[in-house]
Amino acid sequence: MSMETLAITVLWIFLYGYIIVASIDFGAGFFSFFSKITKRDHIVNGIIERYLSPVWEVTNVFLIFFMVGLIGFFPDTAYYYGTALLVPGSIFLVLQSLRGSFYAFAHYGARNSTAYLFVYGVTGLFIPASLSTILTISEGGYIEQTAGGEVILNMGKLLTSSYSWSVVALALVSVLYISASFLTFYADRAQDTAAVKLLRSFAIGWSLPTIFASFLVFLSIHRHNPEHFDKMMDVSWLFLLSFASFCGALALQLKRRNYGWAFVLVMLQFAFAFFGYGIAHLPYLLYPYVTITDSINSPAMGQALVIGLIAGLFLLIPSLILLLKLFLFDAKYVQGRPIQK
Amino acid sequence: MELDNTMLARILTSLTLGFHIIFAALGVGIPIIISIAEWLGIRKKDPMYTLMARRWVKGFTVTVAVGVVTGTCIGLQLSLLWPSFMKVAGEAIALPLFLETFAFFFEAIFLGIYLYTWDRFKNPYIHWLFSIPVVIGSTASAFFIMTVNAFMNAPQGFTLVDGSIVDVQPLAAMFNPATPTKAGHMILSSYATSAFVLAAIAAWKLLRGNGHEYHRKALNFTVALALLFSFGTALYGDFAGKYLAKYQPAKLAAAEWHFETKPQSPLILGGVLDPETMEVRNALKLPYALSILATGSPNGEVMGLDQIPRELWPPLFIHYLFDGMVAIGMYMLVVPILYFIWRRWKKGQVPRAILHAIFWGAPLAILAIELGWIFSEIGRQPWILVGYMKTQHAATTADNVGEMLVMFSLLYAFLAIVSSIVLKRMFKNKPVELELK
Repeated sequence: MSMETLAITVLWIFLYGYIIVASIDFGAGFFSFFSKITKRDHIVNGIIERYLSPVWEVTNVFLIFFMVGLIGFFPDTAYYYGTALLVPGSIFLVLQSLRGSFYAFAHYGARNSTAYLFVYGVTGLFIPASLSTILTISEGGYIEQTAGGEVILNMGKLLTSSYSWSVVALALVSVLYISASFLTFYADRAQDTAAVKLLRSFAIGWSLPTIFASFLVFLSIHRHNPEHFDKMMDVSWLFLLSFASFCGALALQLKRRNYGWAFVLVMLQFAFAFFGYGIAHLPYLLYPYVTITDSINSPAMGQALVIGLIAGLFLLIPSLILLLKLFLFDAKYVQGRPIQK
Repeated sequence: MELDNTMLARILTSLTLGFHIIFAALGVGIPIIISIAEWLGIRKKDPMYTLMARRWVKGFTVTVAVGVVTGTCIGLQLSLLWPSFMKVAGEAIALPLFLETFAFFFEAIFLGIYLYTWDRFKNPYIHWLFSIPVVIGSTASAFFIMTVNAFMNAPQGFTLVDGSIVDVQPLAAMFNPATPTKAGHMILSSYATSAFVLAAIAAWKLLRGNGHEYHRKALNFTVALALLFSFGTALYGDFAGKYLAKYQPAKLAAAEWHFETKPQSPLILGGVLDPETMEVRNALKLPYALSILATGSPNGEVMGLDQIPRELWPPLFIHYLFDGMVAIGMYMLVVPILYFIWRRWKKGQVPRAILHAIFWGAPLAILAIELGWIFSEIGRQPWILVGYMKTQHAATTADNVGEMLVMFSLLYAFLAIVSSIVLKRMFKNKPVELELK
């Protein structure tokens, strides 16, 4: 495998990892807020807090890792996206800053305030929406380069495009669906029947909008970037597997059992679709200006980055497994009982 | 001053970094102090030290959160505000940026584990072990990010062909001449500042008449660390001076208002510069001192600004910043020494004047970090990549930088206020006496 294919594959895996963990986090924020205003917060808050407390900072790093890696391996992306995304990127940063710092503040008394939960819940929906526009922009058609070489983002076109809105819709409903599926599983492990019941209803409720929005995006790519759509058809089997996983997850949830497997299937549903989309997107990182062959041109740096990447993964993967073992697969912790080892 | 895109981008970048650095320095320094305190608590079987670790780590979570989010801001602003710089230099700094993320990732994972496993293990050393990766991760990320800044000051390890950087030698770029002094000085000053911040809390409690043994022990412990780390910072400051004389003489000459290249150069302390005649008034001149600082010998020749074209001079006001930083550095060294002299020879109560001096050491230490950074960054103007790329050619061409500046100013003001309130409330509601029971 060439260096750039390896790099984009690893980075894509990290982005996928971010989508899963961040969705759980963003959705949980929204559910906290929603349960509060419907006076059901006592049912789910314990579950949500026990899961999120030890992992919130890690979630953030997945994204930073993807961005730094992308710029490192493909410096041209920094130039194009950096210039074009000044405003949306800055808005994302402000939302992300509010949310991240609020999470830490919340441990010390702010959690019960509705205003706090409002900011926390609403940023959880705005952040995925603002991030998903970057994927939209990568399809091309929204960034223009003037004769003088200046890069300009056509905001008006972005805001009036049906494709960009269908991506935003997909991001929002997917966040809620992934999060509810995971939290149902987590509540089930904690043997918290009331929380399972509520979260399961959220999961099932958001499943159909998710699959509907997915089809919408699929079809609007056809209109917006036919070349990409044709390449997606070449790997259509991945999208079929994605749909099959979706059906499996929904069936398990309706039958009220194996919530763990249901969540695995949800993860697979998104994995197949996300990688299908990603494979078809190649070789473009920003259609039609940046392709993966515009990567770094110093072999020594490429080699050093790949070595760094592999060494880093050897450090990260065991650490992440340890984190999961301590907080996700430790029955006593999940149930909120004291532990002594 | 013209408020063009470059100027606005510079203001926004310095605002973000100036705000981030406070939390970043605490994020680098506090973990090692917490780790030592917990270890002492286990080893001496003294619950006071364990409690110090527990209380500090609580406050630390809040500073870390602000550090993480502002760090994310500066990380992305690098591409958003300086895309042309990233296009040229991105490839050369890719490796340290990447490694920094790994170190940060590592720290984030183990900080989560450390925070939520206090009573989970029978053997207390297992919990303590989880603090080690946090210390390593935070210090390593400081090191890696400092190599990036060092590269901007002393670029090397590449060839420039038609305005683009090719044939990068990653290790040569990372371990450039500026790296050892920059990283060492920054890491140690972060440690020293953190020790002063924690010492200030104890001093404050004692000043308010709370003579609990916990606060006296905490003061003794943190002031001892402050002394050690301030000494290391000063030592690295001296190395940094010698580095500047050899590799970035423009910065040193501007900082010292040293206009004439000559041996036996005096060091200028304080004073006012007449911008028309370039005459220095009311300054204290220490004969030979600049030669000693720069070369290690009183007869050493120090390059002056006369050797550098006028348009490449850094702004001359950096002299005030440099003097301010050095003066505070001396203060941070003298105050702990006075404290220990008093404790050693005049057993009994430490006088209130020394407690006050320790208390003020915390804001001063943070101020010194700000001054040092502004000095270092302004001191390499007009270059963004010294000798290769000027700052004005690196800024974004996008509109709306001004609006973004306003938005981020509001964000940082908000974060500063809320985090102060949260930190204050956190400890007010839970005094030490209550936690010891």
